[in-house]
Amino acid sequence: MTIVSNKPDLSDADTPATSGSADTAKVVTVAKTRPGALAETGSPLLRPPAAAHLSDEQVAELGRELDAIKDDILAKRGSADAAYIRRMIKIQRGLELSGRALLLVSKKKPAWFAGTALLSFAKILENMELGHNILHGQWDWMRDPDIHSTTWEWDFVTPARSWQHTHNDLHHRWTNVVGKDNDIGYNLLRMDPDQKWTPFNLGNPLYNALLAPVFEWGIAIYDLELVDYKEGRKSKEALTKDLKALGRKALTQFTKDYAATPAVAMLTGSGKQALYGTLTANAVRNVWAHAVIFCGHFPEGTDTFTEEMVEGETRGDWYVRQMIGSANISGSKFMHLMTGNLSHQIEHHLFPDLPSNRYAEVQPKVQEICKRYGLPYTTGPLLKQVGSTWAKIFKLALPPKKA
Amino acid sequence: MIRLRKLARAASLLTTPLAPEDILSLFNPVFSARQLRGVVTRVVPETADSATIFFRPGRGWQAHLAGQWARIGVELDGVRHWRSYSLSAPAGQDPAITVTDMGAVSGALVRGTKPGDVLFLAPPQGDFVLPEHPRPLLMLTAGSGITPVMSMIRTLVPHRPDSDVVLIHTARTAADTIFREELAELADQFPNLRVTHWFTGESGRLDFTSAADLDRLCPDWRQRAAYACGPEGYLNDAEALWEAEAEDAQQAAASSGTLTIERFSTSLAGGAGHDGGLVTFEASDREVEADGDTPLLDVGEDAGILMPSGCRMGICHSCLIPLRAGHVRDLRTNEVHGEPGQLIQTCVSAAAGPVNLDL
Repeated sequence: MTIVSNKPDLSDADTPATSGSADTAKVVTVAKTRPGALAETGSPLLRPPAAAHLSDEQVAELGRELDAIKDDILAKRGSADAAYIRRMIKIQRGLELSGRALLLVSKKKPAWFAGTALLSFAKILENMELGHNILHGQWDWMRDPDIHSTTWEWDFVTPARSWQHTHNDLHHRWTNVVGKDNDIGYNLLRMDPDQKWTPFNLGNPLYNALLAPVFEWGIAIYDLELVDYKEGRKSKEALTKDLKALGRKALTQFTKDYAATPAVAMLTGSGKQALYGTLTANAVRNVWAHAVIFCGHFPEGTDTFTEEMVEGETRGDWYVRQMIGSANISGSKFMHLMTGNLSHQIEHHLFPDLPSNRYAEVQPKVQEICKRYGLPYTTGPLLKQVGSTWAKIFKLALPPKKA
Repeated sequence: MIRLRKLARAASLLTTPLAPEDILSLFNPVFSARQLRGVVTRVVPETADSATIFFRPGRGWQAHLAGQWARIGVELDGVRHWRSYSLSAPAGQDPAITVTDMGAVSGALVRGTKPGDVLFLAPPQGDFVLPEHPRPLLMLTAGSGITPVMSMIRTLVPHRPDSDVVLIHTARTAADTIFREELAELADQFPNLRVTHWFTGESGRLDFTSAADLDRLCPDWRQRAAYACGPEGYLNDAEALWEAEAEDAQQAAASSGTLTIERFSTSLAGGAGHDGGLVTFEASDREVEADGDTPLLDVGEDAGILMPSGCRMGICHSCLIPLRAGHVRDLRTNEVHGEPGQLIQTCVSAAAGPVNLDL
């Protein structure tokens, strides 16, 4: 009698990626194919005005150049990047822990200020550099279940999975296409002249001002896709499921900041102060996130697109649309970190799943490509971009002038 | 323990969406809400290309039985790789693996591990373990196949004077022999262990085509419960010998000994480059022949399987599915990769040889 016990994959022989030069030689002879719904060659029904001067061949070449930039980073990506995201996670958790600890004794004024400030930073870092980017799958390549787009949950009311659908799938696929990308105004604001004006839009600036401090709740409601449900594109079962998930998430988020933390702080008589602290930290984070995100696609110089412009869109045209539909924010390294590197919005939209710490490195190359191909590359300091966004919000509150 | 759990639940009200362990991991790296980890406590070189790595596992680890193996996750250039290694420490003591440099992952473990490093772990498993009741034993090992048997010998020999173990170990040369000194000391000290070294560099392969070699090295081998661990060919030969003996014994109406073997089987081998292969959707119980250039997402959808999907261009990660076996080729980079359990972006991955997916 023989008893066989199997111990799987002990040998390293099963890593063909690095083994054997014969394999590699065989692979190299075949031209790289890039899959996806987008064609390699051809042109859309209508090329956006800002790119109308480019020929099909030029757009295809631009696409190849951007592919090369991405491949270059993919080849370099490694342990230094892994160390970066782990360091950020540690810093964020340290800030969160110390901020919350200080709020427990926030009856003392300095403790309140320090605790609120630390917690605000922690929440901003968590949402922007960690949550947004990890949920994009930027760190999936590490195969670490602790830092993965399918397992991460963030300190934001909307459940990660709902947000991934409207953001990663819809917004990034259909960036700035009026009628397809609901991020243009989040079904609340009129953010493009092509959106039909109604008297409701007179409140544009008011809605935006009210939205900013409660931005996370606005996004949570937006991610329910109520418009799609009303118009029959989303089933009742799907909506019920999303509502349940949101209910659970909102409850835990609410409990943490507005019940559990103040309750523990009551032990030192700081309950009320702790509540004000968490409220302030959440509001600070909301106002900041709102400002950064609105600077990504709405400042003067960013384009929106019609469905004609995406009909028959090639891979190169998709890249062009990402570049001329997005805007960067210039500033210091610290500012870039606080925006989760969304200040490199153009680079993020070209390569949404490249690790965020690499955007600064590709930025000059992308800008150079835009210059060479005669495409706009919108960037500016934060205050200028925020001002530009607000100007648009005011302008579009009013009906279009009759020609 | 129950109080601890209550405390953890209370603490999680304050740490959500993180678990309390995620915060504790700031202070002790073995804490994790999601995955078992261990901290390397000691690294002992064995031969020129092997080393024993001792580690202190976090909560969730179970004590191992002598002869079992564990899956160990190692990071190479930021990317997690999982391999299985036999535990060489005796049962009842802190776990240790003995690793021989055979490739990228084992090489990194042998050469690059230092105390304080974090290893990712899965609990020990495997049926290559000692018999429940005392019996005379014959251990046949070759090369790094000694590792699980060493755990058995260390567990049994010093503590059970009634045990009776014969070890026949095959290696290329004396210098390549792992645990040589310790085996000599044990055999010296305990009369219940007899060790024979067979060096293929001097004597050629141990011959299993007839019983002659075994008859000479261990005349009563037929009366012993035998364990074998080593490379594929070595085990196949041993298995053939035991089967032939069993047939003879049946004809003579006598009983024959058992042979327990441990194989280091590799799962599905990857097809080279662009061959494609049979794609099996395990949960859906469907098989489809796929070429090497069609994304697995399309393959699944064409077969009528409800595939999760999103952007279909490799950016949104909505289409991730766990790989059960086989290899896939990343259609963007041409990289062929795949380890059981790895999440695959089906919209940009094609089959490279047979592929099993957990869907």
